[in-house]
Amino acid sequence: MKQSIVIAGFGGQGVLFFGKTLAYLGMDLGKNISWLPSYGPEMRGGTANCTIIISDNPIGSPITSKPDVLIAMNKPSLEKFESKVKPGGLIIIDSFLIDKKVDRDDVETIYIPAMKIANELGSENLGNMVMAGAYLKAQDYAGLEDLEKSVKAHTPASKEKLLEQNIKMIKAGYDYQVC
Amino acid sequence: MGNKVLMKGNEALAEAAIRCGCRFFFGYPITPQTELAAYMAKKMIKSGGTFLQAESEIAAINMVYGAAGAGARVMTSSSSPGISLKQEGISYIAGADLPCVIVNIVRGGPGLGGIQPAQSDYFQATKGGGHGDYHLLVYAPSSVQELADLISKAFDKADEYRMPAMIMGDGMLGQMMEPVEFKEPISPEDLPEKEWATTGTKMKRKKNIINSLYLTPEELEDLNIKRYQRYDVVKRNEVMCEEYLTGDADIIIAAYGTIARIAMSAVDMARQKGIKAGLIRPITLWPFPEEAFKKYADSAKCFLSVEMSMGQMVEDVRLAVNGKAPVYFYGRTGGMVPEQEEILAKIEEHANA
Amino acid sequence: MEKIFQRPHSLSDVVLSYCPGCTHGVVNRLIAEVVDEMDMEGRTIGIAPVGCSVTAYNFFEFDMQEAAHGRAPAVATGIKRVHPDNLVFTYQGDGDLAAIGTAETIHSAARAENISIIFINNTIYGMTGGQMAPTSLVNQVTQTTPYGRKVENQGYPVHVSEMISTIKGACYVERVSVDSVPNIRKTKAAIRKAFECQMQEKGFSLVEVLSTCPTNWGLSPVESLERIRKEMIPEFPLGVYKDLTDKGGVR
Repeated sequence: MKQSIVIAGFGGQGVLFFGKTLAYLGMDLGKNISWLPSYGPEMRGGTANCTIIISDNPIGSPITSKPDVLIAMNKPSLEKFESKVKPGGLIIIDSFLIDKKVDRDDVETIYIPAMKIANELGSENLGNMVMAGAYLKAQDYAGLEDLEKSVKAHTPASKEKLLEQNIKMIKAGYDYQVC
Repeated sequence: MGNKVLMKGNEALAEAAIRCGCRFFFGYPITPQTELAAYMAKKMIKSGGTFLQAESEIAAINMVYGAAGAGARVMTSSSSPGISLKQEGISYIAGADLPCVIVNIVRGGPGLGGIQPAQSDYFQATKGGGHGDYHLLVYAPSSVQELADLISKAFDKADEYRMPAMIMGDGMLGQMMEPVEFKEPISPEDLPEKEWATTGTKMKRKKNIINSLYLTPEELEDLNIKRYQRYDVVKRNEVMCEEYLTGDADIIIAAYGTIARIAMSAVDMARQKGIKAGLIRPITLWPFPEEAFKKYADSAKCFLSVEMSMGQMVEDVRLAVNGKAPVYFYGRTGGMVPEQEEILAKIEEHANA
Repeated sequence: MEKIFQRPHSLSDVVLSYCPGCTHGVVNRLIAEVVDEMDMEGRTIGIAPVGCSVTAYNFFEFDMQEAAHGRAPAVATGIKRVHPDNLVFTYQGDGDLAAIGTAETIHSAARAENISIIFINNTIYGMTGGQMAPTSLVNQVTQTTPYGRKVENQGYPVHVSEMISTIKGACYVERVSVDSVPNIRKTKAAIRKAFECQMQEKGFSLVEVLSTCPTNWGLSPVESLERIRKEMIPEFPLGVYKDLTDKGGVR
């Protein structure tokens, strides 16, 4: 398999951490991975995004102009990347934060009110992990237990409390019934 | 491969440097290499080493000169404008035959330029940079793992040939995270002793002098000739490059660093379209892998150098191909990164010409 | 016959390259004497500058590094961090230390870098043939101030000892002169004090030595010594500008 994922949102939404979570998952599954953030002045106040590539073969370009998956956590990000997603690709949208629908009909879409779900479960900052759960549900290269195991393995002991929260959010995203 | 960790290129570089016995780092802040210095600041003290933020790049490189002359494994890192400031010191280090490692996380130029990735310091790194007849060993890694591997090679080869080595990366490589596996750490005490270093005579040997001043022209010429004889050995033994699908290639791409990865993807796309494309990725920029290009100068129909510059390495490719086949150039500059589709379009254009 | 005066062991048996009547040689000898008396030859690393003492690496028996113009304190920093137990000193002129190398001088002092600087102030660039130095006096005629240093154009001389003594990281700063035997003795005592300050890990030390340049001043050696007394000392008063050695240093 080879998949390129762009995760995009506002700075502070945990976009880069989300990306790292998927990178670790790929790494723990023995796949080749790369994680590339946008950097520079863009980091402050504006949109943050990162590109993750997960592949069975060595990774060529760490950047992609046509991602297989877009995970959009705010409206500017959806507007910026929507047209770039490969036909047949997947767009996951936090429908609580983005009132816009995807204009294309050649891609799969998942709308999930991630931030709302996270809020109801006690921490509005963990919408990213809810999105991670929703992303995972749509994949066949990894199961829920793989992600759980990977998140556990890469959370330092000092952040154990956060770990439980993260896993709760991932499960909630995974179990969310897309309508 | 159980010991892989996920790390940013800049941090992996720093970690690998400490692991291969580097205990002295002198630097000055500049984007986009800051994680490297920050990591050093954190870890060097814990490793019993010295991290010093100097008052300028000029001071930093001269601290490197002092520490290198005193026999230590020492490094500095910067980005393009800062590397320009270090050039005087680099020339002195080369002139005094001292080993050290200099990291350039290249950004767009000239002048203050930008902070996005670029490869426009190729000439500076491979053709001199500072004044006088000298060369640096120049390594151009294209992955985080290779960054870690090449830094230890750079230190070893710098010591072996008593010359400065440079690691040329770019902001993309520095910021990118990939799994990386490190070598077992070695202690500075386990490194071979440098008998020429200023360590204090302890009244047991004649004094050592670290110097690049020779007022007698015959003496200076003689030294320069000897240094170039050493460079010839380097050229024979230390060239590194990777070839990808070159055997039957009609069109051979030349690209290094992160761009080589994008070019590799473009080569794959071209192959899918039935175009016999291949890639030569120089890993050492100096010494340049001339032979790899010469080898295909008769069989390949053309070459295409793809760079994040206005065309610098292309000159070395042309020298190596020596007029036997056309050598084209495609570049983006100022921090723009060429996409694989752009490169593919160029491959198609030239392959079908 | 008993030898009562001889070359210090750590001073090399070579012809020094300084001009006749120049006092650089005196200061080189004093350094060697102090190194011998402190029994430090085997542990000393010196840094030669760019200037008349550019080949000073040939004049001493201990290890030496030659630095780029102005960068000696940075080079010394690198060496000292690698060999903290060695005696590391720079030997620099006024152009090297107070013009092109001002930043390195100030910041090595600010870091309380445990090194010693021997600073030769002769108010002129000697090696390049007598150009204006940052310490050139007002109205001093040089190759690049043929009508004298004018305040309107070139401003005022830099007072290094005064300036460095305001820096917290400096432990010991003294200005001395080699114009007379008593002053030469004081110079030697100051160099010794600076080196001891370093070996006791008390921090940065600087000894400014008012020195002659008969060739570029266009004066005889005797007239040159007279100029130190009549023109230089009034502008650059001798004395201890800072001494925290008795107070445990600055580190």
